[in-house]
Amino acid sequence: MSATSDRLVFDNVSKFYGEVLGINRVDLTIPPGITSLVGPNGSGKTTIMNLMTGLLQPSHGEIRMLGIRPDRPEKLFRHMGYCTQYDSFPKATNGTQFLYNYLRVHGHPHARAMEMTERAIDRVGLADAAPRRVAGYSKGMRQRIKLAQAICHDPTVLILDEPLNGLDPMARAEMIDLFRELARAGQHIVISSHILHEVDLISDQVILLNEGYVVAEGDIHDVRTEMSGKPLQILVRCDKPGLLASKVFEHESTVEARMHEDGGGILVSTKDADRFLIAFNRMVLDNEIRVESVTPADADVHAVYQYLITQESEA
Amino acid sequence: MKSLWWRQIQGILRLEVRKSIFSARALPLYLMAGIPATVTFIVVAVSTIVGESPPEFSGPGGSTSLFAILFQLGILRSTLYFACVWIFMNLFRGEVLDRSLHYYFLSPVRRDVLVAGKFGSAWIGVSVVFSALTAVCFGVIHAYFGGGSMSNLAGHLFAYCAIVWMACLGYGAIFMVAGLFMRNPVIPAILVFFWENINTFLPGLLKKFSVIFYLQSLFPIDVSEGPIEIIAEPVPLWIGIPGFIIFSTLMLLAAAFQIRRMEVHYADD
Repeated sequence: MSATSDRLVFDNVSKFYGEVLGINRVDLTIPPGITSLVGPNGSGKTTIMNLMTGLLQPSHGEIRMLGIRPDRPEKLFRHMGYCTQYDSFPKATNGTQFLYNYLRVHGHPHARAMEMTERAIDRVGLADAAPRRVAGYSKGMRQRIKLAQAICHDPTVLILDEPLNGLDPMARAEMIDLFRELARAGQHIVISSHILHEVDLISDQVILLNEGYVVAEGDIHDVRTEMSGKPLQILVRCDKPGLLASKVFEHESTVEARMHEDGGGILVSTKDADRFLIAFNRMVLDNEIRVESVTPADADVHAVYQYLITQESEA
Repeated sequence: MKSLWWRQIQGILRLEVRKSIFSARALPLYLMAGIPATVTFIVVAVSTIVGESPPEFSGPGGSTSLFAILFQLGILRSTLYFACVWIFMNLFRGEVLDRSLHYYFLSPVRRDVLVAGKFGSAWIGVSVVFSALTAVCFGVIHAYFGGGSMSNLAGHLFAYCAIVWMACLGYGAIFMVAGLFMRNPVIPAILVFFWENINTFLPGLLKKFSVIFYLQSLFPIDVSEGPIEIIAEPVPLWIGIPGFIIFSTLMLLAAAFQIRRMEVHYADD
């Protein structure tokens, strides 16, 4: 297998809908694991997913999914499943028929298609509702049956457009566990979601999009570190927050230090986290401060989203 | 072991034949088929009430002529035509309107195999319904007004059914392509309808650019279409049928070309 044949690759890809920009000059190389697409409505998340799956064709550039061009569905969908945002189904089918017919179109014989259908339905916890018509399903049940369709043929790449929409908290947790399990098995999972704290919980890497452009890509902590214009916030919990604050102020990379609301720590803003942490160790040792925890306070998806997208839009 | 593409076509046929003839989408098909059936029963009922048949329709030759007229005007040139318009134009357009086309596009199926599967299922569906209709009307008319020998009647019925299948093949291919290429396929449907129905009065060369002209060679009897009909030498069967199949194949290739470029982009996305 070549270096790029286990990657999802966008090479200078643009998509225009007439004169309207979908995405512009996107370069991506996505490794296995969970990758989240994050951005406001109209930022290009669904366009990227539809391009990955061949439902749209790029205006410029080239896409390779595990080395396969998306305009070769006969090869691509042996390895890929897509849970779309489209909430419509072939008429007059129940949950079982929906999956079974899909697998028959794949070319699976009756017994194998039935076995795969039952397994996928069990996996998304829809066994009781499977004999009922899909048209009568709740939003959450429709979401689950679409997920079942995406995973029923054991794909190595899963594209999930807002897969947690409409699910109750319990179902969300179950689905997140399922995604983690699939990612641990070496699958590519590409998710778009508006629920940033869940993105934070599950993602190995994020792709931040705004107005059709990729504004940041990679591990969220690396992305945050690379934002040199924005001081990094670090929360330190310790037994002598006042003393620590006075020492921290003396360091040249410190932009701001303030007491935490509960008085049990300080919140430090620093221009250079690496240099600060080296100096911080010295401060702690010299002043015999007992440190309970040191955690980045704004190195999550939500904070990066705020910095890169919300403020950019406001500007 | 059957090849993959054949198993995939079977999978598509399973879904699509049901959609073509056993779903709400098939309602216009049955309404169309109901018209000639109703006309046939009205003709028989009126003849029964009046108590005598018009002399030109009595006896074996008469009933054969009566059915030929009914088939030409009531089935081939009208209801079968519009049934094909409805079913074949909606093969892909209907899925776009239902927002369910992605169901197929997310399968590991070559899009040209999808075209073949969907076209084949619609062809089978419409042809079976109209062959059954033709057989019923043929049986009722010949049973009431009298028929010829059994072997002769069977030959005629076979020819009419063959015309139904060939007409569905030709019109189906045209309207599937129209549904894929045109934003508003109703206009080409009306234009083709007009063209097919003035075919009788067209010069010999222009006649050849119509489906109905090539079907003439399959008709078991000649039916005069009036004093201003322009007679043209019908093409022999050995040219007409292969030509028909080649024409339909070319149309399917055009459809396959278009479907490969097609994007799923529903109207209100």
